[in-house]
Amino acid sequence: MNPRITLATTTRILRQLRADHRTIAMMLVVPCVLLGLLAWIFDGTPVFDRIGAALLGVFPFVVMFIVTSVATLRERTSGTLERLLTTPLGKGDFMLGYALAFGIMAVLQALIATGFAIWVCGLDIAGPKWLLVVVAVCDALLGTALGLLVSGFAATEFQAVQFMPAFVLPQFLLCGLLVPRDALPSILSTLSDFMPLSYAVDAMRTIAAVPEPVGEVTTDIAVIVGAIVLSLALGSLTLRRRTP
Amino acid sequence: MNNDQGGRQSGGSTPGSGAAVVVEHLHVVRGERVVLPDLSVTVPTGQVVGLLGPSGGGKSTLMRAIVGVQQVESGEVTVLGEPAGSSALRHRVGYVTQSPSVYADLSVRHNLAYFAKVLGAPKDSVDRAIDAVDLRSHADSSVGTLSGGERSRVSLAAALVGDPELLVLDEPTVGLDPVLRRDLWNLFKRLAHEQGRTLFVSSHVMDEATRCDRLLLLRDGEILSDSTLPELLRRTGAPDAEQAFLALVDEAAANPREAR
Repeated sequence: MNPRITLATTTRILRQLRADHRTIAMMLVVPCVLLGLLAWIFDGTPVFDRIGAALLGVFPFVVMFIVTSVATLRERTSGTLERLLTTPLGKGDFMLGYALAFGIMAVLQALIATGFAIWVCGLDIAGPKWLLVVVAVCDALLGTALGLLVSGFAATEFQAVQFMPAFVLPQFLLCGLLVPRDALPSILSTLSDFMPLSYAVDAMRTIAAVPEPVGEVTTDIAVIVGAIVLSLALGSLTLRRRTP
Repeated sequence: MNNDQGGRQSGGSTPGSGAAVVVEHLHVVRGERVVLPDLSVTVPTGQVVGLLGPSGGGKSTLMRAIVGVQQVESGEVTVLGEPAGSSALRHRVGYVTQSPSVYADLSVRHNLAYFAKVLGAPKDSVDRAIDAVDLRSHADSSVGTLSGGERSRVSLAAALVGDPELLVLDEPTVGLDPVLRRDLWNLFKRLAHEQGRTLFVSSHVMDEATRCDRLLLLRDGEILSDSTLPELLRRTGAPDAEQAFLALVDEAAANPREAR
């Protein structure tokens, strides 16, 4: 790995994004629209305060997962990945290059979505606002890392998009949004312990409910960061220099 | 099968000395199909070597094995003295795939700037590569808006920025008009004869044989001929490369046990 090549890769990906206004809108606007819709649906009830923060963790995760899995798959099918792997570019340069580029987008996305939820939708939280942003960025990065991993198993963009229901929806169902995780049947509850999105939702809920949540949330963040690193490492194993 | 090892060395260049690429007993299977049964060949340094033959004959597979992206069953491929695909070779070998592999949503210049950074090439290499493939007027256009021939030139330029010692080009002149084809072949010759680079260029257009210093005819995974064009014409008595190729195919078909 080589910092020059990693950063060149990040710059190249951001340049590609800059030329693609619709994808930027997808990343920055869609989470706000979804949060706005939700706040409107539950207008006048306490529900939005209960689940708004948690969804602030879920939406960036889903959006980044889709964008990343399709972007990297395009790199495989266009032959650019095969070409890059004949150059001095390391697998880590490729994975980190994507993680950094989409990480920058994730920071923007988290700032906009959190600001929108608090100041436009009137989300009430007990803990500090900056911590919401930190967890939202981690969730978006988790989506990116899982997207990079999963794109290795998709042969076409058509399949990549279909991984969304396969990889994301089970996590969504079990993460504690619909039914609290400790109220789930024990097998499902154990399953949810192995799903990184559960920790994202736990962290967001704690921030929403507890005035001094830093200590409690640190463990959740550590699990999420561990899942990011593991996904990136596994994902780089799916990049093969030699193919059949 | 291996009783013709002596006759195979028609090139005269012994493996190791002055050879950019040495392939020995390469055996490649793709899917269910044996693409290269047992292929041995040498590409001399500082020449433009053409790899000609019908599509499906194993040209791309041989090229992929040389740049080290092809899984091989057995056999050895040595490139510039190193095993093919080893990390020491990654800035010494340039590879251009058959379909253009560049970013359609970036401009020509931004594409080349990226590959230059990855290859650690100097900044002015981008402008030199753009001039070499005659795309100055399109330098700031997005690659997605260019024609097919222009795109494949961008893909070629992305390999040229690194100034590699060995350039492996898979059908680089497909879809180009005669003037551009002539210009590119002149560029290949300049790179080989003035700068000592080695070019290994595939084509299924037989009339491009006249542009090459040396010709390899590949059919069904077997080398039918490895010589210069004049030698090939003398041996087969054919008037041009296409006729010579057909003569060799007929000869191999009539005499399948001891082809060549």
